[in-house]
Amino acid sequence: QGQFTLLRDTRTDGSFLVHHFLSFYLRAGCKVCFVALLQSFSHYSIVAQKLGVSLAAAKERGQLVFLEGLKSCLDLLFGEEEQPGQPSPLQFLSTRELRALFDFVRVSLTPADGDSWKGPVLLVDDLGVLLSLGAAPVAVLDFIHYCRVSVCCQLKGNIVVLVHSNEDSEDEENELVVNSLCHHSDLILWAEGLATGFCKDVHGQIKIIKRLSLRQAAEQDLVQIYQYKIQDRNVTFFAPGLSAAVL
Amino acid sequence: LQELPAPLLDDTYGKELGDEAAAVKSEDFQDSMKIAWRYQNLPKMETSPTTYTKFGHYYDISKKMPPELCQSVKWHSFYLHEELSLEPKMKAWNMNSGYARLLQSIQRIISQEGFDGSDPQKKQRNVLRIGIQSLGSVLWGDDVCCSDTPEDPHSLTKFLYVLRGLLRKSLSACIITVPAHLIQNKAIMERVTNLSDVVVGLESFIGSERETNPLYKDYHGLVHVHQIPRLNSLICDVSDTKDLAFRLKRKLFTIE
Repeated sequence: QGQFTLLRDTRTDGSFLVHHFLSFYLRAGCKVCFVALLQSFSHYSIVAQKLGVSLAAAKERGQLVFLEGLKSCLDLLFGEEEQPGQPSPLQFLSTRELRALFDFVRVSLTPADGDSWKGPVLLVDDLGVLLSLGAAPVAVLDFIHYCRVSVCCQLKGNIVVLVHSNEDSEDEENELVVNSLCHHSDLILWAEGLATGFCKDVHGQIKIIKRLSLRQAAEQDLVQIYQYKIQDRNVTFFAPGLSAAVL
Repeated sequence: LQELPAPLLDDTYGKELGDEAAAVKSEDFQDSMKIAWRYQNLPKMETSPTTYTKFGHYYDISKKMPPELCQSVKWHSFYLHEELSLEPKMKAWNMNSGYARLLQSIQRIISQEGFDGSDPQKKQRNVLRIGIQSLGSVLWGDDVCCSDTPEDPHSLTKFLYVLRGLLRKSLSACIITVPAHLIQNKAIMERVTNLSDVVVGLESFIGSERETNPLYKDYHGLVHVHQIPRLNSLICDVSDTKDLAFRLKRKLFTIE
């Protein structure tokens, strides 16, 4: 509870972790607000189906609030004049202010009367898109900070955010956001493509960093490394060098 | 459009396809839009060059596409300097006006021609194929190709995001060429990659030391597959071959 998890990928696509957390929290009975900025609802829905969860049903019963960024963007730019009381969550495209997006998250996860969901969860895929759309790095960090206060502290919920980072990246704004978030995360799941290049049986390596040093001054962070292989309905993890293809 | 190469419809290539396939091709020309990009005929990658699978379209780049063929196809064009000026509400988009007008034009075509599924009566559903050349160049009024600190570094990425939205919500596909060698701000190229589904780079040997390297004597350049999509699935279709080079001949553009 009250945990901030950072999903990070380098040289590979870490979105399998997003799919995992989405179905994991829905199956656990949590109320989920999913800020999906880069892919359509049907994309996540089809994968969730393979993982045994129906996003449409979750939306229907009020368990899942799904912000489809691409669609909201089209509504904002090509749609009718917006009602004065309901600013679009993607308003920052014109105003560069992330306030409306934060309000959307807060309102979505504040429990309504009669809600019996276990703990709220905010899921974001992916944060770097905000920078590409003109938000300043400081504004993005502020947005995350406000979300933490609201979701983790006040509502005792969890936050899971995906960011991309490349080694030798020249995107300084993105590096700033990623490094800052790393410092303030309770848990970091870092998926990396293998340094030796593509391999059919090992798709990458995942570093799991439990930031124990964040809560307790003298504690060391706990780092575990696994390799993984992604399959159609599932991801298998194994100790480095012990892939089924090798044994 | 005058620069488009002539399609090969003659029998030497048509025979193996069979008559039905040839008939399908001419139907294609009636309704489909053409991709305004030269290298459309990518044959399937095979490890043994002798097994030649028929895939893609065939063109003869020494000849031009006959004008009657272009006229028989329904196509739309966008030439920035002949387009209408920006609609007032689009000023709030905070985007380069060239890109904004292009988006406006694409959205209008999608909606008017029913590619967004708004016309259920339309019995033959076809895909809108969009080709955009030299995105990011000065031709679009963007200075991202001439300056390390462009006036509006977010225009290009915003454009791609909105375009992505339009493509996801309609029966359409888009291919874009970007003169990446001119974009000095590498951060922008990283973001452009993240906002795209498929990213392929062509690197010519002309003017590089590789031109004289005996290893590459049969080829004209390298093909870099920077990104492939992982859509509607946990897995993606990664090919085993990673080192690819291309060769351009009169009737064949091959990637090996």
